[in-house]
Amino acid sequence: MGVDLVFKIAGIGIITAVLHSILKQFGKEELAHLTTLAGVAVCLLMVIQLLADLFEMVRTVFHLH
Amino acid sequence: MEILQIVGLGLIAAILIVVVKQQRPEVVIQLSIAAGVIIFILILEKISGVFSVIEELSNRADIDRLYLSTILKIIGTAYIGEFGAQICRDAGESAVAAKIELAAKILVIILAMPIIVALLESIIRLIP
Repeated sequence: MGVDLVFKIAGIGIITAVLHSILKQFGKEELAHLTTLAGVAVCLLMVIQLLADLFEMVRTVFHLH
Repeated sequence: MEILQIVGLGLIAAILIVVVKQQRPEVVIQLSIAAGVIIFILILEKISGVFSVIEELSNRADIDRLYLSTILKIIGTAYIGEFGAQICRDAGESAVAAKIELAAKILVIILAMPIIVALLESIIRLIP
């Protein structure tokens, strides 16, 4: 749970940046934007899942119903 | 020692954020959210330990359970509000952060209302 999630998100960010510049070289501009969007969406999925876990934990610890 | 783990995680996240900041600014916010959440989850069981001790002490001193659970709720609400406001401020949206803080304050006042009413009633009863 700990550090690997941070590494995963950073890795996705770097990969999408590299893919974006590569696809731009090939002249496929719109495909580059789509891959960037996909990368951001994947990161968002992971972060939202993490936030859901946090809010559930806080709810149980602080008895917030 | 947890503190080493936490500081290490924070530094790694900060370095990764700087690396990713130029190309992909939208991933930066998610990285800081992820780092903040993970650090807090590491601390959460310590907090619940402290609260269980406080609860046990208050039971021994037979303080009314309403006060303690209200205090817990207020702390939780304040923390989540602060968490959201800080992240919005990091992202540069200080207007949104101010709105979140305003909402958190109002919710805390609502949570504290029963205690205020109880306090005023006891004061009025004291005055002959």
